[in-house]
Amino acid sequence: MTLLAQSGDGGRTLTFTLFLLMVAATIAITVWARRHTRDATDFHSGGRGFKPWQNGFAIASDYMSAASFLGIAGAIALNGYDGFLYSIGFLVAWLIALMLVAELLRNSGRFTMADVLSFRMRQRPVRTAAAVSTMSVSIFYLIAQMVGAGALIALLLGIREGETFLGMNAEAASNMGIVLVGLLMIFYVAMGGMKGTTWVQIVQACVLLGGAAILALMVMIEFNFNLSGLLGAAAERSGAGQSFLEPGLQRGVEVAGDPVQTMWNKLDFISLAMALVLGTAGLPHILIRFYTVPDSKSARKSVNWGIGLIGSFYLLTLMLGFGAAALVGADAITEQNAAGNTAAPQLAEVVGESIGGSAIGSIMLALIASAAFAAILSTVAGLVIASSSSLAHDLYNSVIRGGKATDREEVVFARFAAIGVGVVAIILAIFAQDLNVAFLVALAFAVAASANLPTLLLSLFWKRFNTAGAVAGIYGGLISCIGLVVFSPVFSGSETSLLGEGVDIAWFPMSNPGLVSIPLGLVCAVVGTLASSESRPDRFATLQVRALTGAGSERTARH
Amino acid sequence: MATTPMRDGPPPEVTDEQLAAMHDDPRFADLKRRLFRFIVPATIAFMAWYLLYVLLSAYARDFMDQVLFGNINVALVFGLLQFVSTFAFAWAYSRYTSRSYDPQAQELHDEIHYGADKEDAR
Repeated sequence: MTLLAQSGDGGRTLTFTLFLLMVAATIAITVWARRHTRDATDFHSGGRGFKPWQNGFAIASDYMSAASFLGIAGAIALNGYDGFLYSIGFLVAWLIALMLVAELLRNSGRFTMADVLSFRMRQRPVRTAAAVSTMSVSIFYLIAQMVGAGALIALLLGIREGETFLGMNAEAASNMGIVLVGLLMIFYVAMGGMKGTTWVQIVQACVLLGGAAILALMVMIEFNFNLSGLLGAAAERSGAGQSFLEPGLQRGVEVAGDPVQTMWNKLDFISLAMALVLGTAGLPHILIRFYTVPDSKSARKSVNWGIGLIGSFYLLTLMLGFGAAALVGADAITEQNAAGNTAAPQLAEVVGESIGGSAIGSIMLALIASAAFAAILSTVAGLVIASSSSLAHDLYNSVIRGGKATDREEVVFARFAAIGVGVVAIILAIFAQDLNVAFLVALAFAVAASANLPTLLLSLFWKRFNTAGAVAGIYGGLISCIGLVVFSPVFSGSETSLLGEGVDIAWFPMSNPGLVSIPLGLVCAVVGTLASSESRPDRFATLQVRALTGAGSERTARH
Repeated sequence: MATTPMRDGPPPEVTDEQLAAMHDDPRFADLKRRLFRFIVPATIAFMAWYLLYVLLSAYARDFMDQVLFGNINVALVFGLLQFVSTFAFAWAYSRYTSRSYDPQAQELHDEIHYGADKEDAR
């Protein structure tokens, strides 16, 4: 059973046509944006002229990755209720971004997270630390997305072991997928900057939300808009019965007769839940989106748009996940992809066929495949622009050139940085594709929650906070996160580990480090601060007045 | 600086000293109180509510597994309530700030940029 091979060449052609249409539209947007990008404000922040609804769609597009579309739908399809736990943490997290971060960041920063962190500190050490943490979060996230893209292309083309399509076997198709996604993201960012990337993301958010909404509607039609009926059918087909609709099948699993393992499983679940809720407001590619609007009120409104769109999207994935469990069935899904990533596309075909015959089935599959690519492309583009802005603005201009680089030099550097980051991500993703890298998304959130969010909040609200504290907080959070994961079962010691069962250096019992690394990052920041005598109350006064009143904040570019 | 402010176009540049000076103004202390009065209790409330949900999912499964009607159990309703509460918190925050924060913030912003109408700006 293969997806597109099953629906024949017509299905493949349709998928290609829809995908090429979307790519053509986004390329046209990028070429247009290239002509309207003149200075650093245009490149890093899209000229700060976006409307709240536009930024809201771009925020949603940044956030709704393949992990949250295919990943959550698949997790619900295979593990039932536990997949839903992810969406809740991912959504509640936005309240922190809304109330504590978005407006204050927009008022007091310029292009990057480090602008706010380094405002009252010594520039070089703080910007270096912020750039290192930005790069770590973005690269982890990028690799996870691109490996997913490669697997998705191979699966959608229906190429399994031993088969070929256009002369490609599964491995070649997967490599081609990674390279294609990589080249497109480099093109969007290096050519279009933030202006191009934002418009591309707006278009892709519409494709993704539209596709998910149509499919969810069709699922509900199948069940006569009876949610309880849908859940019942999903539970019955899953073979797990009522427990499919209850927490505990995948997360915080209770191991009979092993109370210690049960305890660690539950703490691991709480650890993940904390990283999800505290990570969002520390993700660099989310933070820089707040700079693309004219003022803090627009930043607030754009987060509200984002919350509405993202919340609605997760409600749709709930229906898609249970719909796939009920109509496709776990066996058919795992046969295609063990992690369940193809649940949504498979559901599209089954539901389409059931409602309107095989033609509608092919159309729905093509639509959902394009939606999945939209989810991947918009997220990776957001990650690349966050990385290249940080490399150009923080590392190149502020650290290497001491803040003396011209706008033009910074933009040229940023364009090359986008190419560099993209190429590195392509290479790493190709090498990583046979490894189990699903943990990288959770790791990116954990680093953001441990290294970025505490230092960001302390720099906005704690008068005494200083250079040593910021540097200790960032490196402390970052190193403890990565360190704990290296010594966890994710990395070695079990058959699903990155290094396999042969190597066993695991002593940390949890896959998610957040429960330890978030408090540790905070403690490092506080201890580092108190250990240093540096204190600049005048700069803190300036920062706080800027952040709260918006006086002296960066203005919209006027061309 | 006591002349009629020009409000068209970008506001005049301000120095860091002008900004820092506002920090000691009692109206700025009031502005800060207005913000904290909402965001501190709200953050505690939504984090506690979320944590309650996470802890119940981990440790109170008998409670979460109770069926309310049909195939709808407590866990699903609790999860959907997290969506409702997130939308409600976002709405309440926006309503509060637009009524009780934005006008005061704008007043201080304008005074920093254009100078006070009654007294000379420092």
